[in-house]
Amino acid sequence: MKYLRFLRVNLFRKKIRTLLTIGSFAVAMLLFGLLAIVRFAFNQGVEVAGVDRLIVMNRVTFIQPLPMSYHDRIAAVPGVKAVTYATWFGGTYQDVKNFFPQMAIDTDAWREVYPEFVVSDDQWKAFLDDQQAAIAGAGIAKQYHWKIGDRIPIIGGIYAGNWQFNLVGIYHGARPKDDETQFWFRYSYLNETLKQTGRRYGVDSPGWYVVKVVNPDDSVTIVKKIDGLFANSSAETKTDTDQAFAQSFAKQAGNIEVILISVGSVVFFTLLLVTGNTMAIAVRERTAEMAILKAIGFSDRFLLVFVLAESMAIALLGGALGLGVAVTLAKLAMAYGNPLAQVLPLLYFPPEQVAVGFGIALAVGGLAGLLPALTASRLNVVDALRRV
Amino acid sequence: MVRVDGWGNNDSLIRIRGLDKTYRRGGEEIHVLQGLNLDVGKGEFVAFMGPSGSGKTTLLNLLGGLDTPTRGSISVAGDEITSMGSRNLTHWRARHVGFIFQMYNLLPVLTAFQNVELPLLLTKLSKSDRREHVDAALAIVGLADRSEHYPGQLSGGQEQRVAIARAVVADPTFLLCDEPTGDLDRKSADEILDLLTRLCREHGKTILMVTHDQLAADRAGAVLHLNKGALAEAQSAGGAA
Repeated sequence: MKYLRFLRVNLFRKKIRTLLTIGSFAVAMLLFGLLAIVRFAFNQGVEVAGVDRLIVMNRVTFIQPLPMSYHDRIAAVPGVKAVTYATWFGGTYQDVKNFFPQMAIDTDAWREVYPEFVVSDDQWKAFLDDQQAAIAGAGIAKQYHWKIGDRIPIIGGIYAGNWQFNLVGIYHGARPKDDETQFWFRYSYLNETLKQTGRRYGVDSPGWYVVKVVNPDDSVTIVKKIDGLFANSSAETKTDTDQAFAQSFAKQAGNIEVILISVGSVVFFTLLLVTGNTMAIAVRERTAEMAILKAIGFSDRFLLVFVLAESMAIALLGGALGLGVAVTLAKLAMAYGNPLAQVLPLLYFPPEQVAVGFGIALAVGGLAGLLPALTASRLNVVDALRRV
Repeated sequence: MVRVDGWGNNDSLIRIRGLDKTYRRGGEEIHVLQGLNLDVGKGEFVAFMGPSGSGKTTLLNLLGGLDTPTRGSISVAGDEITSMGSRNLTHWRARHVGFIFQMYNLLPVLTAFQNVELPLLLTKLSKSDRREHVDAALAIVGLADRSEHYPGQLSGGQEQRVAIARAVVADPTFLLCDEPTGDLDRKSADEILDLLTRLCREHGKTILMVTHDQLAADRAGAVLHLNKGALAEAQSAGGAA
């Protein structure tokens, strides 16, 4: 503790230089934060996927529906606890750019299969009582300033027409990273409307089934049994774990992971050079002072640790600033309207990624300070004093 | 008691025997110190004089454990410093040596108080004890009222007085002064010499000072001339001791 003041005054002896270096760190860590947010947005489904859930979809493509008759046959497979289903609606709200996930859902087992989406009992009851009822995620409701009782018009994409819904509930994610941007309405409303309007596509055929298993360890066996049931039928199935399904969904956008890692690596390598150079200059400027400290009795190890501490303090301050701004931006975007909602509906900076960011900042700070710190610790007092 | 003939008794605080220091510059060997002997008793004020390049600063560096001799031994208060490793030597310096340099060498980002406090950070003293020691040291050098000033806000003489306070604050065994008045005007130089004399007389500090200034040397109890790598007693001045 007694050296903290000494560290602080040394750190800010060249205020502009230190602030600029902290700024470089902050910008790099902000970029890291934004990349982590984008990565999370793409992989959000993977992150929150239930280990005890399987997705059953049409083997040809997941937009091809499956017969309703599959429901009971899947439910009868040993090890299956519950089966629910949903259909992708693909509409837009008011304007074509206002796109978010809308799903026609089964009302019987949905809450059992997705316990992380929390809806109050009275709102769920209202959902069951009204054929045109809808429940929206807290995030999307906040974005469009919806409140319970509002009439929500949705322009059909896959299912053409102007669809009207009554908002009767708002669901919340049990965890911060749960998706709160979905819009649910009743599958029965979609199905009945399709029948009444004489359309065939999608009638009595949900888009996919979601299976909750008793024991996740039995998933492989259950997957084989389900797909075996419908082999050689007109609608063969492809069953996957929830996580694998989410991963395949995310990969449709390309290998985001590789792009993010490549960009991040270049940024951090540049940051390493910039900070290393700054620390080297800072140590060179203070050669005489370091020689005096050694003459007084400060050890080589002290100077090594001291220079490293300076470098890591810069990294920590810059890291905190950059990561803090990234967290704030994500929160502000979700609170006051996500401008990227169409592509990245959920902007969230997971705490574990914030910790990784701090770890990277400290590692870069340590690496950047290592060479100058070694120079300081190996300083020859007599030679240094002769140069004064 | 100051002797350069190698016949000093075992009571010497500082005892140097057969000290050689050789530098290699290019292919040439430069013998800076050759077979140097010295005995200095506790509470002595010794001045070293000699032409530039005669090895005065080298001798001071060796005495302060900043450099290692090519041959010979140096013992201070019974500690044989020439056989110490780098880490032990660092600890020894912190405990036994107070350095005063020509250019003061204060840390510009620290106040006078903080500069003086530096050697105490290496001790286990509490914050309040450190404050007490620093206040006392600044009072001795007459700068109690300037403790919150930065070096840039002080005159050269005041900076050197802060450097002296830093040198004495941990109560070292002896002080090594390398041209302590070399960068000061006569008046400030006299003030610094008065202070050093007082430290020797009133506080019993052993002081070894390198100087080119005869007036400064006259303040010392003994003046030794360094020439061609060897010491010779010049005179017994009517100085401090």
